[in-house]
Amino acid sequence: MTWEPHIFKELHQIPREEHVFPGTPLCAGCGGLESLRLASKVLGSRVVYINAAGCFTNLASFPFTPLDASWLYTTMGSAPAGAQGVRDALDVLIAKGRLPKDEDVKVVVLAGDGSTYDMALSSTSGAITRKLDFYYFCYDNEAYGNTGVQLSPSTPYGARTTTSPCSVQHPAGSTQEKKDIFEIWRAHRPPYMATVSPRFPLDLEEKFARAADYPGPKLFLAFAACPTGWLFDPAYTPDVARLAVECGIWPLKEAINGEVTHTYVPKRRPVEEYLKLQGRFRHLFEPARQEEAIKHIQDRVDSYWEKVKA
Amino acid sequence: MNKMNQTSQMMTGNLAAAWGARLADVDYIPGFPITPQTEIVETLSKWCDSGEVNARFVTLDSEHSMMTAAGAAAATGARVFTATSSQGLLHAFEVLYTVAGWRVPFVLVNVSRALASPITLEPDHNDVLAARDSGFLQIHAETCQEVLDSILMAYRIAEDPRVCLPAMVNLDGFYLSFTREPVIVPDPQAVKTFLPPFRPAHLGFKGSAPRALGPAVFGGSVYSYFRHQMHLAAMNGLQVHEEAAVEFERLFGRRYGLVEAYKLDDAEDVLVMTNAFASKGKAAVDAARAEGKRVGLLRLRVIRPWPAEAIRQALQGRRAVAVLDQNLAPGQGGILYQEIAACLYHGAQRPRALCSFIGGLGGKNISEGEFRSVFEQTAEAGARGTGIGPVLLYTEGEHREMEQLQYLAHDLKTGK
Repeated sequence: MTWEPHIFKELHQIPREEHVFPGTPLCAGCGGLESLRLASKVLGSRVVYINAAGCFTNLASFPFTPLDASWLYTTMGSAPAGAQGVRDALDVLIAKGRLPKDEDVKVVVLAGDGSTYDMALSSTSGAITRKLDFYYFCYDNEAYGNTGVQLSPSTPYGARTTTSPCSVQHPAGSTQEKKDIFEIWRAHRPPYMATVSPRFPLDLEEKFARAADYPGPKLFLAFAACPTGWLFDPAYTPDVARLAVECGIWPLKEAINGEVTHTYVPKRRPVEEYLKLQGRFRHLFEPARQEEAIKHIQDRVDSYWEKVKA
Repeated sequence: MNKMNQTSQMMTGNLAAAWGARLADVDYIPGFPITPQTEIVETLSKWCDSGEVNARFVTLDSEHSMMTAAGAAAATGARVFTATSSQGLLHAFEVLYTVAGWRVPFVLVNVSRALASPITLEPDHNDVLAARDSGFLQIHAETCQEVLDSILMAYRIAEDPRVCLPAMVNLDGFYLSFTREPVIVPDPQAVKTFLPPFRPAHLGFKGSAPRALGPAVFGGSVYSYFRHQMHLAAMNGLQVHEEAAVEFERLFGRRYGLVEAYKLDDAEDVLVMTNAFASKGKAAVDAARAEGKRVGLLRLRVIRPWPAEAIRQALQGRRAVAVLDQNLAPGQGGILYQEIAACLYHGAQRPRALCSFIGGLGGKNISEGEFRSVFEQTAEAGARGTGIGPVLLYTEGEHREMEQLQYLAHDLKTGK
């Protein structure tokens, strides 16, 4: 059964209204910011973003913010707990008549992969277990980006970072496999979770719109192509984001109450096309092709999709 | 008001702390268990369930998360209470600084317990004093009654627009947390007069009025501005505390100072202590006075803001002062000794000698003999005109016991 959007079928259906305005201190071509911009078109401005330390912490730099929503910076390891405190307090104040119901806001954690995959995992697990009604938006650029691109648990096999250099001992660069945070979340059985890519805007908007029907924890893993960290020209951010999906590396999917649906099944072009666009994988092709490493990446992707078909 | 009609009931320091939160009519209690604090969150969770407290109680996944939730809820405009101890306080350490920087008032009770390693349960003050630079106000209580009363005062001071900082109330694990003492539970209506509802204009998240809290700053001058503001606000706490103390006395008949002077009037030597062990110190003062020694005790109660002037007033002109720190900064000595020394430096009539003693670590008793020795050494130092220390208090009996334990450990290891 193919997944069909119900609300967003045509591009012109995407709200024109902006909630993330130009002039942020983020890098040119930031794929994470593009996802946030699209997400905010559905989330709107009645939102409080609970931020964890990462690239997006720069968004609110005193005295500026590019958002027309509220903002609370917490720590790297406890943004979901910040969301808990805000959500609980809003509920209590509304129940006690101290805050009008129409002043309520959505609570959205805004965190990078470093925080999401490792440091805030206890805080996240707690929030999901407590069935906290919140959105979790992770901009996943597969490295500690704000500190200058170091290995994170999200860094995929074969990527070069400043702490997983390509060396004689490790010619492929990173030798770890990207942690499967989607499955870690899914083991908690939250009502809604999805992966998104800004190059598939209808898919993205549809998922944010659908999620609104599910009170409780809602995860969005947003593919965040990163020109600065992945070493490509910012002009190629859309191509990298598109190829990640078309090569099968970044599956677009959702899970409702734990049941997974792939929202787009790519024909799957060779992963090489995706890898070759980025400097972080260049050592796999120059000065000599690392056939084994490239095959390893392709095999992992193939095996993932074989399981999907089965 | 009804001062005469107040009846006391026996309760532990932990129960008194829970009563403080209950009377403060808090909205939100994020909790996490840790010995010896757990009874506080157990009690409050029961009261929230039964409706005796109209608040939401939530068990978080760690103290780090708990402190974040506490600060975030206060930032949203709720009156928040939480409690922890020892390792829990340190686990939340970065959050202490973070939420203080948000300038959100709420009250955290710390039940002092010595820090690992070696891991242990009984109290000293390395936990709470580690947080002395976090931006939290700190009130250290000697009795169960003072625990309850200080929580009410802490809310009033923290929420004052001149302050707007979170506050910590400290009580000693075991010695107060599990010790029953007579406590008068203040009349809830009078508490409402003392502590008006929390309606902060500068906090809250509303759909119609977006607000950014805790944004990044770049450049030392912007950063320094905000940090200076925190310092000045904390210093305002001295005046605000005095106003709160006057009003508290008017309503409840009990007066709390920034510091407490015990038999200081004619004292030539003064012992400085904090928290529950100050009761032992007072008994030692009585015993020494019975032997004809003119000694007294200064109990530090408000630690942040640091009441330098009150301390100078109390200690100037004395022959000798002994600071008995129930904490140890390895490689330095007593933490409060250093702060006392710094604030006496500019006094015209400095004490002739300032002595440093370290005692009560991990809840170790301070015996009558040790107190006698402290007074004797302090008197000698005063006569000589030079201070001593840090002196690490340890009795011969304790040393013998420790040697026996070491023999045992050795024999078990070697099989001899």
